[in-house]
Amino acid sequence: MSKQQGGSHRQDPVLATDPALPPVAVDPQRAEAEERHWTPMKIVLWIAIALLGGVAWTILAVVRGETVNAIWFVFAAVCTYLIAYRFYSKFIERNLLKPDDRRATPAEYRADGKDYAATDRRVLFGHHFAAIAGAGPLVGPVLAAQMGYLPGTVWIIVGVIFAGAVQDYLVLFFSMRRGGRSLGQMAREELGVIGGTAALIATLTIMIIIVAILALVVVNALGESPWGVFSVSMTIPIALFMGVYLRYLRPGRVTEVSLIGFVLLLLAIIGGGWIADTAWGTELFTLDRTTIAWGIIIYGFIAAILPVWLLLAPRDYLSTFMKIGTIGMLAVAIVITRPEINVPAVTEFASTGTGPVVPGTLFPFLFVTIACGALSGFHALIASGTTPKMLEKERQSRFIGYGGMLMESFVAIMALVAALSIDRGIYFAMNSSGAATGGTIEGAVAFVNGLGLTGVDLAPDTLSTLASNVGEESIVSRTGGAPTLAVGIAQIMQGVFGGAGMMAFWYHFAIMFEALFILTAVDAGTRVARFMLQDSIGNFVPRFRDTSWRIGAWICTAIMVAGWGAILIMGVTDPLGGINTLFPLFGIANQLLAAIALAVCMAICAKRGLFRVLWIPALPLAFAAVVTITASFLKIFSPVPAIGYWAQNAAFRDALDAGEQSFGTAQSVEAMEAVVRNTVIQGTLSIVFVVLSIIVIASAIIATIKAYRNGGGTETEDAPVASRIFAPSGLVTTPAEKELQQQWAAVEPARRPARSGH
Amino acid sequence: MGRRRTGEATGEVGALMTVPQVLHRACDTARELVWIFKGVMGENAYQAYLDHHERSHADGRPMNEREFWRDRTDRQEANPEGRCC
Repeated sequence: MSKQQGGSHRQDPVLATDPALPPVAVDPQRAEAEERHWTPMKIVLWIAIALLGGVAWTILAVVRGETVNAIWFVFAAVCTYLIAYRFYSKFIERNLLKPDDRRATPAEYRADGKDYAATDRRVLFGHHFAAIAGAGPLVGPVLAAQMGYLPGTVWIIVGVIFAGAVQDYLVLFFSMRRGGRSLGQMAREELGVIGGTAALIATLTIMIIIVAILALVVVNALGESPWGVFSVSMTIPIALFMGVYLRYLRPGRVTEVSLIGFVLLLLAIIGGGWIADTAWGTELFTLDRTTIAWGIIIYGFIAAILPVWLLLAPRDYLSTFMKIGTIGMLAVAIVITRPEINVPAVTEFASTGTGPVVPGTLFPFLFVTIACGALSGFHALIASGTTPKMLEKERQSRFIGYGGMLMESFVAIMALVAALSIDRGIYFAMNSSGAATGGTIEGAVAFVNGLGLTGVDLAPDTLSTLASNVGEESIVSRTGGAPTLAVGIAQIMQGVFGGAGMMAFWYHFAIMFEALFILTAVDAGTRVARFMLQDSIGNFVPRFRDTSWRIGAWICTAIMVAGWGAILIMGVTDPLGGINTLFPLFGIANQLLAAIALAVCMAICAKRGLFRVLWIPALPLAFAAVVTITASFLKIFSPVPAIGYWAQNAAFRDALDAGEQSFGTAQSVEAMEAVVRNTVIQGTLSIVFVVLSIIVIASAIIATIKAYRNGGGTETEDAPVASRIFAPSGLVTTPAEKELQQQWAAVEPARRPARSGH
Repeated sequence: MGRRRTGEATGEVGALMTVPQVLHRACDTARELVWIFKGVMGENAYQAYLDHHERSHADGRPMNEREFWRDRTDRQEANPEGRCC
């Protein structure tokens, strides 16, 4: 139901709530008075938080001692999050979104007890967090650690406050006001056909690249690692068993089966250690990266066409279980062990751009290397998917949307701390590509010591000792971030549980934990992308719209798997390294999706006539647009071969034309030809992304200007429906909310339109 | 799977509590945490469905537990949910 309304004078229609029921919302004046009333206790508390945060930031950014204790990262992050949540997200709520608890949410007015089900806010917070947090925030910060600890820390914390959490909150709120519509649908509505179509194509290509690079991270973690290959492969039979258990033996016993699965998982990790010690085990499970990549491609296709109950759903339970457990455990372990970090605040790689892990200077490449944890466009797909259909009350969107993203940012900070806590020499030996180190200990030692980093003097036996401690053949050039993080986690965890003898277990536990998230994301991503593709093809061949049509589903799944599989194989066989050439594309893709989401949000805000506070979405949009467009342009036009795909391409083509047999790190003509091929694909993808994003952003700006001229625009929200339930909005129940809760508790159950039992 | 919805702890804070009261509160909190955890895992979905069915006075019998979980995965099949990176 759309109606033209006049800009900032727009007033929400007064909703007639049921007079026989207690109020469904806290009286706005009462809520305002409570918020504005500063008791001495409150003042002392917030001053203490601000002081502690201030001290932590001073130690990190100003004092910059020889070593820094990890606890200051935790304090700086948590105190800043608390202040941002209390003040900035409140400001957004008050001035931009203006939620109204008298309005029913889709979960209430469309309630079906299944997809649309009002869910307790704390439960939904967990759901939402489990859906948004994955391997991304664990990997990006590890790679960005080469620039020192400070740039990553500042970007993760400041970025989440002004960009990432804002995006998640806005998208969640706007989708909730539109019956849970998806980002793609909102883009079509707000930006018109061209902007909407560009957004759809961009989303689809971005999903392909994201799945490919996540899969590459797993391949790099498992290559030449019989222990890892065995234990990660075992997740498949474990998940199948869980699926059968839930389907036929004890339906609905989700926690029980997850516990059983978890125990089996631990056994798989321990068993992996035994098997990797035997000759036959080593022979059977030592696989090269190309073989593993093919394994994942075949697995990805089968997993995406198997019934959900058999593999995807049970593994998702296991992944959620591990996610919540391990992240909590890691936080506790960091606080207990408080590792000392002796990495410079900012290294020379920030300005020279010659870092061996990912090439490029701090601006713009730091901001694309760390995407998840600071600003992740992918979240917009979740925040406009399941979560808005489960929100109980409008005001809870702040806790779920903004708060959920702060939590993910904290995960990124912990990953950064874990990566920083390991020796710098080891860090660079693990993260420099095989092309640079030759994959040998001697090569790695020579390369790392040749980097000329102060205080870094890597000895060969450091690498061999660590490799045997974590139960691996070698840890040289284990790029992708996951193995580095696993070493960091293993070091931290062995300080709490088990000592050095347990390091190998914790290392493989961490690898398993990351692989589990990634494989779940690979299946789910392939499925979602398949549906999007079917929907798009359906515009031309209507038959494809029918998602239960087997052949159509298989064709579209195959197309999607072929898309990410090709990029995966390209990354695995890349003579230049793989992660270092492809990871920037992952970040750029993710940030471009964020720019698209923020552009849609800006257009919506403009149409609501909220020009005074339009900077709230416009500021992060401008930043994301500048960063990603600059990064894309550098990837396309930079004359430095390490950075520009086309410059690299030209360099290798010239070398081939000159009849050379090897060039740079490519040792053969075939390898040189592979580089030429890969750079064409990478360069083309960069162009596609940046063109699509410019189209989307431009259409959002046009829509915004149009709305400004007209003092507002067409309202695209669903018509308001009066709510008949009440629930508190934040984690802590306020006194006014408690009063209302008591009034509701006094209503006879039969008359009460009870909140869902869930 | 109790019918009762675990409400938030609404007890009075501040006044001195006796040992049994403290234990009682601790039990309540623990039960609540377990309830939240099960909720996050998705275990409460069938109960939510039953509650909804009863409340909406829909005609016909609600699905039994086995049917509900089958229906749930079938719906996921037709409506996949993304998992983020």
